[in-house]
Amino acid sequence: MRKSRALNLGTGLFVLLGFAALFFLTTQTTSHGISFGSQPHYEVTAKFQDIGDLKVGAPVSMAGVQVGRVVNISFDPRDFKAVVTMRIDDQFNQIPTDSSANIYTQGLLGGQYIGLSPGGAETYLKNHGEITFTNSALVLEKLIGQFLANFNKSPSQSSSSSGGQPK
Amino acid sequence: MISDFWDSLSESLERLGDTVRFLLRIGAQIPGALLRPQLILDQVYNAGALSLVIIMLSGLFVGMVLGLQGFDLLQRFGSEDALGTAAAIGLVKELGPVVTALLFAGRAGTALASEIGLMRATDQLSAMEMMAVDPLQRIVVPRFLGGVIAMPLLAAIFSMIGIYGAQLIGVQIMHVDAGSFWSQMQASVSLRDVNEGIVKSCVFGVACSLIAVYQGYYSEPTAEGVGAATTRTVVTSAVIVLFLDYLITAFFLK
Amino acid sequence: MINRLERRYDATTLNATSAIIELRGVHYSVGGRTIFDGLDANFLRGQVSAVMGPSGTGKTTMLRLITGQIRADAGSIQVGGVAVDGISRSELFALRQRMGMLFQNGALLTDISVFENVAFPLREHTRLPERLVRQLVLTKLQAVGLRGAAGLMPAELSGGMARRVALARAIVMDPQVLIYDEPFVGLDPISLGVILRLIRRLNDALGLTSIVVSHDVHEIAAVADRVFLLSGGKVVANGTPKELQASPSEVVKQFVGGLADGPVPFHYPAPDYFEELLARDGGRSA
Repeated sequence: MRKSRALNLGTGLFVLLGFAALFFLTTQTTSHGISFGSQPHYEVTAKFQDIGDLKVGAPVSMAGVQVGRVVNISFDPRDFKAVVTMRIDDQFNQIPTDSSANIYTQGLLGGQYIGLSPGGAETYLKNHGEITFTNSALVLEKLIGQFLANFNKSPSQSSSSSGGQPK
Repeated sequence: MISDFWDSLSESLERLGDTVRFLLRIGAQIPGALLRPQLILDQVYNAGALSLVIIMLSGLFVGMVLGLQGFDLLQRFGSEDALGTAAAIGLVKELGPVVTALLFAGRAGTALASEIGLMRATDQLSAMEMMAVDPLQRIVVPRFLGGVIAMPLLAAIFSMIGIYGAQLIGVQIMHVDAGSFWSQMQASVSLRDVNEGIVKSCVFGVACSLIAVYQGYYSEPTAEGVGAATTRTVVTSAVIVLFLDYLITAFFLK
Repeated sequence: MINRLERRYDATTLNATSAIIELRGVHYSVGGRTIFDGLDANFLRGQVSAVMGPSGTGKTTMLRLITGQIRADAGSIQVGGVAVDGISRSELFALRQRMGMLFQNGALLTDISVFENVAFPLREHTRLPERLVRQLVLTKLQAVGLRGAAGLMPAELSGGMARRVALARAIVMDPQVLIYDEPFVGLDPISLGVILRLIRRLNDALGLTSIVVSHDVHEIAAVADRVFLLSGGKVVANGTPKELQASPSEVVKQFVGGLADGPVPFHYPAPDYFEELLARDGGRSA
């Protein structure tokens, strides 16, 4: 019957739309995404004492421009450091090997991201390379503790911190 | 007055037990009904495709409101960039499944209940029984399955359109950075959140469809009876959905 | 008539005793009200039996007891020698395939056409090829005079036509028993006459046993072989239409004659008339 053909078509379209929506929700809203038009890229790692709230999918930027994102975070049990894997777009293939990776926070309540500060070397990071100079995330409690500790010590004794860039 | 309350409470409990037993009977008939996929597809159309317009419109407006309210709130903390996260989580975990379920109960649930109720009132169900055809298998189960299949899809569509609505307000009108909108969302929304939303919409689908077909099947075979069944469908569905929402949310949060 | 049809359920052929449906000592009450209190009735094979009675005496309830839609509290109901209350659901379904029932308003499925409605039992219970289904359906529609309406939808039919389609649907599986639940309600005289004639002709042509529940005394008397009068939960009279018309019983006379008052009272039970009026007046004399 003609009526049921049109009905089935409508049903099919509806189901298709529904699954497209489900696909959208799982890939485009989470970090398990498939980014469409994904550029060719290479991966580098960096080790941090403390990554704070850094999440997989966080952006990696240089001079404020996003050059890649964090794709994996794991733990190295030998030196007790966090291993962060970053995926960097191929077009940014001239990052010096002695650049440093720092973890910053966006805004007041924002997520954390990695900022790369360029070094001066003439060799560039390649796939599977490692960034050796890192600075961990600013953890508020540590900062306060450090501040109080300094406050109680004499000016000549100032402890160097294991984490956190002195302002 | 206390005894009245007690009476209606025990009546509701009885109804609940009855409904669950009905679900078991439906479950027993599902294999037989699957032999006739055309019937089920027709009902997916009735419950789902015909509800698309209201779901999409509502999703758009809810998303836009979420964009406005979310922006206003986050602006006070200087965190407008988190609008994407706020909208996505709000929609995917809560608003999508719950609002869709309520709308579904209102549109598809009442249609199901009144359709079956009318068949009861005009003796069509009895006639089928007399012709040795099980009306459960032929009429009730396909409609139940149609609702169960349609609900999660509708909820996903609602959430998707809602996120675009929020984006419309946030990025296009309030000038939140598009990159931040999406990247923060992608960094903060986890697969577990999406799973929670999907589980909720599936559970709500079962609940709303069951309530609708139950009310229709056991309605009084009169005009007022069908009307009462329709009303009860919406009211009961709403209460049950909100209650289940609490249970599932608590379960996922522990 | 094609008798060998594939059936999904193992259908039983009703036993060839002379009384095809027997009710004995049936008791049934619902909601505190006793509807049947020791009901006895025998419906004989090949006959058109009419069941009549004042409104609310449970005529439709009796039909539902016979078809197994409800269960009696006590007593036995046998259809073709099979006790209806003792059997399982699938056995009941097998039994029902040998019975056809015409509901008061036809009870056609509203979302499918006339043709599909009549074909419904065939499609559900047999695996006949489409050609054969078509022939059977058209034959039955021809028997009720509605072959030309095969393409219409139920909403487009008049009351009388809907009932005739329902009748075609009821006979499409060649039942042995046909039950009519108030088939004349709301029909104009012409449609009424058509249905009456069909009841008689189908019964004789197909060798059926028909039970007609109605209270159109004079109409049904014209085609019934036997009439059962129900009142107060029992069969108060049973015989040929002529016998009933000549009966001396008060109950029968009131019903047959359509008298306003008699064993079935005109007044609904109420307290004394004058007392009630006086009470309203608060003691003042009328």
